[in-house]
Amino acid sequence: MNENTVLEVENLNVFYKNNKSSLFSQNKKIQALFDVSLSMEEGEVLAIAGESGSGKSTLARTIVGINRDYTGRITKKYENDTPQMVFQDPYSSLNPAKKIGWLLKEPLRVDRNKKWTATEMDIRVKEIMEEIELPMSMLERSPAQLSGGQRQRICIGIALMRSPKLLIADEPVSALDVTIQAQILELLENLHKKHGISIIFISHDLRVVYKISDHVMIMKDGRVVEYGKTRDVYLNPQHEYTSQLLKAAGIIQE
Amino acid sequence: MSNPGKAFKRNIRENPYLLAGMIITALILLMILVGIFWTPYDPTQMNSAEKLQGISLRHIMGTDNMGRDVFSRVMYGSRITLLIAIGTVAIGTIVGTAIGAVTGYFGGMMDEILMRIIDALFAFPSILLALVIVSVFGTGWIQLLVALGIAFVPSYARIVRGEFLRCRNMDYVENARLQGVSDLRMIFVHILPNIKGVLASSILIGFNNAVLAEAGLSYLGVGSQPPYASLGKMLSDAQQYMFTTPSYVLCPGIVIVLMVLGFAFLGEGISRWK
Ligand SMILES: Nc1ncnc2c1ncn2[C@@H]1O[C@H](COP(=O)(O)OP(=O)(O)OP(=O)(O)O)[C@@H](O)[C@H]1O
Ligand SMILES: [Mg+2]
Repeated sequence: MNENTVLEVENLNVFYKNNKSSLFSQNKKIQALFDVSLSMEEGEVLAIAGESGSGKSTLARTIVGINRDYTGRITKKYENDTPQMVFQDPYSSLNPAKKIGWLLKEPLRVDRNKKWTATEMDIRVKEIMEEIELPMSMLERSPAQLSGGQRQRICIGIALMRSPKLLIADEPVSALDVTIQAQILELLENLHKKHGISIIFISHDLRVVYKISDHVMIMKDGRVVEYGKTRDVYLNPQHEYTSQLLKAAGIIQE
Repeated sequence: MSNPGKAFKRNIRENPYLLAGMIITALILLMILVGIFWTPYDPTQMNSAEKLQGISLRHIMGTDNMGRDVFSRVMYGSRITLLIAIGTVAIGTIVGTAIGAVTGYFGGMMDEILMRIIDALFAFPSILLALVIVSVFGTGWIQLLVALGIAFVPSYARIVRGEFLRCRNMDYVENARLQGVSDLRMIFVHILPNIKGVLASSILIGFNNAVLAEAGLSYLGVGSQPPYASLGKMLSDAQQYMFTTPSYVLCPGIVIVLMVLGFAFLGEGISRWK
């Protein structure tokens, strides 16, 4: 693996349990990803696009370690760094029984690499609240008392608490309305510029992908159909499916 | 909205069950508390001159077949009944929650095996199960408490397992797992607080079932031994005098009904908490 590579995925096949399988049927498993490979440079923004059900979330969840049933290789540059993830739905990814302040501190409490004192935690929480541009008074609230955009900021904040080297954002704005979408995207871009953190950005929206990413991967039915520099792919799509998507998004003409 | 005192007042106003439940339960608890320090008569003091009296100023619930003051005995008996109910629900909740949480959270083979055992236990009515346990370990209120507690485990295990099955793949759990939260911490610190509403109302329903089961079992002659008696035992002792001295049966009976009603209203009130 190249020294500048933060993440390398080789020939990844991912499986789910087939819940509908009967006792005697052959198909105990459904394969959700077929032979996916990718390689990310330090500080790169890689976008993953494709229709619903194409396996984008599955890929993300396998990289961070939620899905364990796979073959192939996932190599990370930073051993002690767990990649963090911002989930698609900010309404379900925060524990409803906890206060925001408690949730932000949890990554520090369970940190295996460092023992955080109470003061250090408070300082870190304050830093992060400034980064995600929310007032400190929100720490006392519970998730139900926040708007969708505010929740997604908190999710980003939680993901950033231990300064991960790799952040995966799985359609972080698709549950939000348009003006809030723009704000969250701007926040992600600023964080990326400021900290040089590598980001995998999953999205439906090819316009956003163009704006934000260095590389793009187009997926369909669990396979990679196109993968390359975003500019190249948009200017000169190699695959019929990519052109279709670009046309549908109104980026290239018929 | 974040002020708990205000929320409490609003709920009291808009939620008659909560108010009724709190009043009835408070009265019963008051009677039990007073009974610890003071009873009008010694509950075990027999008096052959005053057998089977009806309600009077001297004995506000009358006397029993040995001339003991029924009110004093009810004060004492309610305490035993409440202790058995608390013990039963505590055993049922703690053991049941632990089993349900672990099986629901981890799933897999252990879940299958434990749940089949629970299913088998569940197939017996809990009274029957307790009866079997008591007949093996002998009678007495400690045995009764343990027996009922074990009999209550399956229902709590099921409720909690269902909740954990629902929660274990939620985004917030996976999010916490990514941060490196251990399984044990996930179960008790992250998921359990989310099912406390369900637990609270099933604990109150459990109290009711425990009070009734205790009464039923004592009625069948297992459980607390003379001279002290739980409410259920008093009821069973009193049945022969049902027609000659109705107050002897009615008074402990009414207290049982009030206890059950109070817990039921509280449970309903909590489940409607806004
Ligand atoms: N837990 C699961 N069990 C079985 N199959 C699953 C599971 N999760 C996803 N799948 C299947 O895997 C495939 C890929 O799903 P995935 O969620 O990765 O798609 P996606 O590209 O993220 O879609 P979307 O844009 O709607 O989020 C789908 O066919 C889906 O049905
Ligand atoms: Mg998805």
